[in-house]
Formats: sequence, C-alpha cells, structure tokens
Amino acid sequence: MYNPFSLLGKTILVTGASSGIGRATAIECSRMGARCVITGRNMQRLQQTCHALEGNGHILIIADLSKQGEIDTLVDSIPNIDGLVNNAGIGLNKPISYIKQEDLENVFQVNTFAPILLTKALLRKKKINKNGSIVFTSSISAFESNFGRAVYGASKSAIMAYMHYCARELAGKPIRANAVHPAMTETPLIYSGTLTEEDRQRDMMQYPLKRYAKPEEIAYAIIYLLSDASSWTTGTSLIIDGGLSLL
Amino acid sequence: MDIQNFIQNFAEQFDELNTELTPETRFREVEGWTSLVALLVITMIDDEYGVVLPPEEMRKTQTIQELFDLTQSKL
Repeated sequence: MYNPFSLLGKTILVTGASSGIGRATAIECSRMGARCVITGRNMQRLQQTCHALEGNGHILIIADLSKQGEIDTLVDSIPNIDGLVNNAGIGLNKPISYIKQEDLENVFQVNTFAPILLTKALLRKKKINKNGSIVFTSSISAFESNFGRAVYGASKSAIMAYMHYCARELAGKPIRANAVHPAMTETPLIYSGTLTEEDRQRDMMQYPLKRYAKPEEIAYAIIYLLSDASSWTTGTSLIIDGGLSLL
Repeated sequence: MDIQNFIQNFAEQFDELNTELTPETRFREVEGWTSLVALLVITMIDDEYGVVLPPEEMRKTQTIQELFDLTQSKL
C-alpha cells in the first residue's frame, strides 16, 4: 500500500523509551515498519516497551546517557541507524529564586548535554546513514514562559538551538534535524511535580482542544519527521500544543 | 521548627503583603495569593525544611497552622 510515511527498512534509535513519549514513539515506529533500538535506564520498564513492539529484530540496550562511558558503549554496540530520536528528558518545576546549581546540572545533563553528546558520538562513529533524520523532543516551554519552568525551558530552548546547528552542519551529508515541541502530554513526567489532579483538570480546560496530548499524538509527529515524507524538512520546530499558543 | 519563623518564610513569598499573617490565617484567601505564590511556598518548604509536600495533601490545608503541622509531620 502507498505510504510515504512508512519507516519500513529503517532502523531508529529512541532514547528515553521506557516511558511516555519515547515509549509511544518506539511502539508506533515499530508499527510503521521500523526496526527499533530502544534505550533507557530502567530495565524492567524498557523490557515492557520491548514486548509492546511489533515485528522482529528490535534491540534493547540499557544506558544512562548522563555518563560518557555509557554513551560510548551504546554507540559501539548498535548497528547503523536511519533515525535518531533524542527524547530522554526530565522535568523541574521551581521558581527562579530557588534555583540551585545542582538543579541546572541535573536538568541540563539529561535534557541538553546527553542529546548533544550522543548525537556527536553517533556522527563521529559514522553510525547515522545518509538521508538520516534526527528528531529532538524539545517542549513548548522553549517558547513559553510558565511559572516555575525557567530551568526546564532553558534546557529545552538550548536543545532547539543545537537542532538548528545540526540542521545546518549536517545538511551536506545529507542528514536532517528537527524538533517537536509538545505542550502537556499524559506521561509520568507531568505526574511527578507539584500539581494536583484538580490543578491538571483546570489547566486542561485552558487548551482550545480541552485536554492534554496522548503520547502517541506526539509520536506521530516524530514519525513524520523520521520518514521520507519530510525529506525536504530540516531545522523545523513542530509545535504540538492542542492550540495553546493561539491564546 | 518554629511557627513564627515559618510564617515569616511564608510571608516572604508574596510580592506585596497588606495582611498580617497569623497561624489562623486562611492563606488561600489572602490578597495576592496566586498559583505562583503556591509554587513558591511549596519550594520554600522543600528548601528550608527539606520536606516535599505531596500536592494532594497540601490542597487539604486551609490555615497556615495546618500547613505548618503538615510540614512538621513530614520532617
């Protein structure tokens, strides 16, 4: 069947695949025909993702990408890839006057430094095939300025800037780079913070579409950016926010 | 933990405060109370007392005394 969005024959590396958007992305990529290489820190949850993948030949590798040694081991142990989804991330909800050096280090380590260094290591080892695609999970927080999201937003804004440089520097290969910027998505990340269920319900009602995203609704956008359907799309930020930024 | 000190830390989270705060003050009714102040208070309690208040439990507190008691119970 004709399908320009197919990932058949492509190998896709997804970081942070043990939950949330990463998990949904790995599952949907496998349904679109990709062979997935999934990575995360939690063996049990990563195995659950692995069991949910369709098709055969998927690869599971436990790695803590905040450690350079584990990035190197990951890169050395995987086959060449056609797509990279730099998705692993953590949240932080803290007002500016309480920010600590430690908060910056933790958040930037996972959300910014790790994807920068993983991308670099994959390129250096020539692991990303010609016509490959790199997708970063940034956030609407790269553009917005909600209370308490200063560190998180800065880390996501930094990764967006890095995406722009990747798009420019890698265009000759050609390898493309793009980002998705989700607003609130139903993942463990948004349930770990300072909001009550009531706060969340009230917050959802602000969205023109009156609810948060489901993880697969972000995964579909990532699939578009991984597929050949987007072969002339690079350096783009795709905002997926249920209409929030129209307000 | 000392309630007067707690009230002082609490008061510092407001940009401007025209009400005198006491242990009996129903803090959500204080002029200037916003979601940002709520976040600041939660963060102050974490920072000053090392207590991470579960949002659902904090929601049930009405007075500063109740918030103080909840914090103390988690020490």
